[in-house]
Amino acid sequence: MSGHSSSYEPTSRWGKWWDERLPIMRMMHGQFVEFPTPRNLNYLWTFGGILMLCLVAQIVTGVVLAMHYQPSDVAAFDAIEHIRRNVNYGWMIRNFHAVGASMFFIAVYIHIFRGLYYGSYKAPREILWILGVVILLLMMATAFMGYVLPWGQMSFWGATVITNLFSALDTVWSGLGTAIVEWLWGGYSVSGVTLNRFFSLHYLLPFVLTGVVILHVWALHITGQNNPDGLDLKQPSDSVPMHPYATAKDFVGMFAFLILFAWFVFFLPDYLGHPDNYTEANPLVTPPHIVPEWYFLPFYAILRAFTGSFLGIPLGGFAKLMGVIAMFGSILVLVFAPWLDTSRVRSAKYRPIFKWAFWVFAFTCLALGYLGSLPAEGVYVFWAQIFTVIYFAFFLIAMPIIGLIETPKPLPRSITDAVLGSGAAAKA
Amino acid sequence: MKNLISLSAASLLALSALTGASGAAETAAAHHEIVRQPWSFAGFKGQFDRAQLQRGFQVYKEVCAACHGLKRVYFRNLAEPGGPVFPEEAVRELAASWPNQIPEMNDQGEIAGKGGELFKRPAKLSDPILGPYLNDRQARAAQNGALPPDLSVIAKARGVHREVHWAIHPFLMLGDILQGYQEGGPDYLYALLTGYTEPPADVTVGEGMSFNTAFPGHQLAMPPPLSDGSITYQDGTKPTVDNYARDVSAFLAWAADPSLDQRKRIGWVVMLYLLVTTVLLYFGKRRIWSKLH
Amino acid sequence: MASHADHADEANRRDFLVIAGNAFAAVGAASLLWPFIQQMNPDSSAKALASTDVDLSHVKEGQAITVMWRGKPVFIRNRTKKEIEEARSVDLAKLPDDGPEAADEKRVKPGHDNWLILIGICTHLGCIPKGQSMGDAKGDYDGWFCPCHGSHYDTSGRIRKGPAPHNLAVPPYEFVSDTKIKIG
Repeated sequence: MSGHSSSYEPTSRWGKWWDERLPIMRMMHGQFVEFPTPRNLNYLWTFGGILMLCLVAQIVTGVVLAMHYQPSDVAAFDAIEHIRRNVNYGWMIRNFHAVGASMFFIAVYIHIFRGLYYGSYKAPREILWILGVVILLLMMATAFMGYVLPWGQMSFWGATVITNLFSALDTVWSGLGTAIVEWLWGGYSVSGVTLNRFFSLHYLLPFVLTGVVILHVWALHITGQNNPDGLDLKQPSDSVPMHPYATAKDFVGMFAFLILFAWFVFFLPDYLGHPDNYTEANPLVTPPHIVPEWYFLPFYAILRAFTGSFLGIPLGGFAKLMGVIAMFGSILVLVFAPWLDTSRVRSAKYRPIFKWAFWVFAFTCLALGYLGSLPAEGVYVFWAQIFTVIYFAFFLIAMPIIGLIETPKPLPRSITDAVLGSGAAAKA
Repeated sequence: MKNLISLSAASLLALSALTGASGAAETAAAHHEIVRQPWSFAGFKGQFDRAQLQRGFQVYKEVCAACHGLKRVYFRNLAEPGGPVFPEEAVRELAASWPNQIPEMNDQGEIAGKGGELFKRPAKLSDPILGPYLNDRQARAAQNGALPPDLSVIAKARGVHREVHWAIHPFLMLGDILQGYQEGGPDYLYALLTGYTEPPADVTVGEGMSFNTAFPGHQLAMPPPLSDGSITYQDGTKPTVDNYARDVSAFLAWAADPSLDQRKRIGWVVMLYLLVTTVLLYFGKRRIWSKLH
Repeated sequence: MASHADHADEANRRDFLVIAGNAFAAVGAASLLWPFIQQMNPDSSAKALASTDVDLSHVKEGQAITVMWRGKPVFIRNRTKKEIEEARSVDLAKLPDDGPEAADEKRVKPGHDNWLILIGICTHLGCIPKGQSMGDAKGDYDGWFCPCHGSHYDTSGRIRKGPAPHNLAVPPYEFVSDTKIKIG
């Protein structure tokens, strides 16, 4: 990692010996102690550290659960009950993992919305942003496969519905989608074979994800952090050393987040799940109302918005394919945000119109999430369609146009000015 | 442009408010409201009432166990802390006399005799509490085609879906989260057990079915299992259907979540620790940042 | 903002706050280790199976049976008079493992001298010795013989020849009745 050189000098002989062979301490010192951090970061910037905590927690609890779990259609459901009832503190570790998935998504969504609001996706942070989208996709794949493992009714039918998305490709080339779906299943329906491979991948993907996270942090340390004013670091007084300043703040953020985390782990462990997942998977009975985990609901709403027609436009045989494309497109469109946004100003703090568009977009995501939890019928479909249009309009219309027509507010000359005002002795 | 966008956003909000309301009104009538019960174990403070769990087990044993198993609960659990905590010796005797015995191999490694009947032995503390049927097919054959589900996690596997206006929904959710309320399962079980009534005049109940206000679809294959006075409580609690239903729902809540008491007790310590540490770290952070001027 | 006068005091308090916060966080992280270590210990379903009842009524004199206890084989032998005499006529001082518990009388329950109950795991490297079935090689001392590295055990399960350092262990057990024992 470059971007900042290190003044680290080992004092002991052992330290010098080591430093000449593997200067890892030098790198850590340069990147995580001295690293210049904008002094105007607010608490939303602690979510990077919080996400790191979530990742580590999920991996540690996941490795432990795998010691007691059995990936088999006859044993999986009982294995979860065994963990909850018999394993020492098994209930706690299982709650950590199940609640942890939700907490991970809460944190990542806040992290993403922070990036959108303060323009963290813009030059020179495009690669950093795209790596973030890759991480999000990996997280979603991992979470989806993890939800299958308890082998409850929602596990089974969620797996059935989501893998069946690929059958939409039959519209493109007859038989293609079916072939892919059967390849994913390893059979002609979701079965114990599917469960076993999902377990394998659920164990693998977090380590792939960790690799991408390392790249994400690397890219971050090349460009440096964005900040609430969206300004570059221009002078020494614009930044503070990462340690102890940013680290102290990160710790406060992490522990505050852990309060929320622990509240769910100890008092509401099943609140974020679905009761149907406490009924063992039954391939002959579909639950009356299939819903994914809450963090997939907005995308699920977009998927289901494409019924026979979309806002009066008949879709005919393409409805299913369109829904699938729109759902995947709703995530992939994030990749193009750096080029769709035409404004040279990063932070929405100085962008009066974009700020509005941002909050409409945030409301849209919440509305889609709510609609995703409701049955896809009647007026709900209409609203899902409206909000789907707004979702894409934010990226494809609002981002390019607002940048062209908007007059930004005057930017402070530097971060120091933004924090301290013009010479006044304001508190940092 | 700015006006245009804010205007369209506002009209959207207004529109969604309108249609959201009508959407809720359409479906509300079809659902029977299930009332929340004052469970001793509800919310972030709640703990199980041991006497209630003991009475609840008695109801399970004398009524439910005739058809329903509890196969993920072990006899030893009945003597463990956090549950009904019966004396271990009593549970050992209960297990040994439990009518549904444990299938076992004989010394030759065979599971069944010449006539196909399974070899069985009396249950021990380490054995699960089995129901009367060996498998679903046997259960259906005996129950007129209906399957009495295993009750081990039934209290987690049922919930209450509330139909409310979309704008109120987030506040109700927030209320539940702050109270630590996730007792929809026992609420539903209680409502079901006390929900048997005469069907309304316009409803024809199928043969072998019973009308129940809480059950989705209102036609249930389980006949009313409880009647006043059918079970004699040892501790003087009134032998009413209401008490039976309440106690057995509490017992099933424990069966589905036997670590609840311990979980919440640890939770209080963890919350206290996290609050104190967060405050300390916050002021520590302020000290560190106060070096900057 | 503190004034310059109490700057030194301020520095102390700052250190105290920062140290206290860090110490609290460290204690929390350390206590979190406990459940993660505990989860690998035997779970409650394993502990519930920690004792086994065995019916001895069908084991005739000279026969042996093997039962499972905590995942280990337990040898139960109904010894003949000759085997008991063999075991008791040994000079204890000559045994490789001649502790105070090595006397045959101490390796059985009083009044049940014919019943020898042992954990059937060779004390060398954990193989299962031969000698339970009629046709098995019983070693040079009529007890058990471990084929892995050639340890010979006598009719009291004591090591007599070979690399094993200790006698076969006697599990904790008691006679519930004359024909029934409870191991564990």
